[in-house]
Amino acid sequence: MSVVAVLAVAPALPLHSAGKYVAGAYIVFVAILLIYVGIMATRLSRTERELTELRRDLEAQRATRDSNREREPVA
Amino acid sequence: MTTYGRGLRGLSLATAATITAALALTFFYAPLDANQGFIQKIFYIHVPLAITALCGFVFGGVLGAIYLRTGDRKWDIRSYVAIHMALIFGIGTLFTGTIWAKASWGHWWVWSDPTLTSFLIVMLLFATYQPLRFSIEDPERQSRYAAVFAVVAGAFVPLNFIAVRAAQQYVHPRVLTLTGGNLPGSMRLTFLVSLVGIALLYVTLWKYEMAAKATRMQVRALRRMLLGEDSVAPLRRSAAPS
Repeated sequence: MSVVAVLAVAPALPLHSAGKYVAGAYIVFVAILLIYVGIMATRLSRTERELTELRRDLEAQRATRDSNREREPVA
Repeated sequence: MTTYGRGLRGLSLATAATITAALALTFFYAPLDANQGFIQKIFYIHVPLAITALCGFVFGGVLGAIYLRTGDRKWDIRSYVAIHMALIFGIGTLFTGTIWAKASWGHWWVWSDPTLTSFLIVMLLFATYQPLRFSIEDPERQSRYAAVFAVVAGAFVPLNFIAVRAAQQYVHPRVLTLTGGNLPGSMRLTFLVSLVGIALLYVTLWKYEMAAKATRMQVRALRRMLLGEDSVAPLRRSAAPS
């Protein structure tokens, strides 16, 4: 309610000729941030993939070790 | 969780809150500038971006100096990420600056303005940092040469700033001085909140990048430990330290 009251008394933004430039500057800022976040998301998915591969390789190694142990003759 | 990931959630929330407050103050609290009118609102994003980028370059230089003193690779990585982030903020400064220049001077770029040109020189200087790293194959030498570059170029930033301030002719408005400048209180408050927001954003993104790098390195180290040296693919040549 108080936010609405503040916005109600706030002066209207003069979005005439200058508006497009101000909007442009802030959009550039947001765009750069979004591009950066996108690159970080790609890197994160690569790290996740590497972790999945590591887990898969470890499980395969463990399975091989277990099967070798079963084949060993018991004295 | 890596050391860099600690406190990242709180920092991210603080950054988001401060930037939201800065935007609210910019558009609903700060008065319109008597000369420039609504266009002056670009000041609250452009100047904090520029200050943070320049401080980021200096920060990278300081971290590079620590690397040269200690020889610990973690300082090289920190320096690399600091300069990398400062370059991104610098690109933001250039774009917002050209838009402001077009809106208030009628030109996208004014070569006779020392502030604009000197910032471009600093950006071009640091733009050579990554190619320099990439050109050196040996990781040890790459780190050492990059650290020397970071220290020298980082020292150039404040010298360049002082030289521009000492110049006689200005096109660029001077609103921030050591004596307080000529910003009215409401504008100064908005500017300071914006500056804190952008600085927090820099620190947050620096920590994110460091956490991502540290995690990737830990995955490689784990693979090496658990599956042997042969299981890890050799690293491709890269500008980034690894």
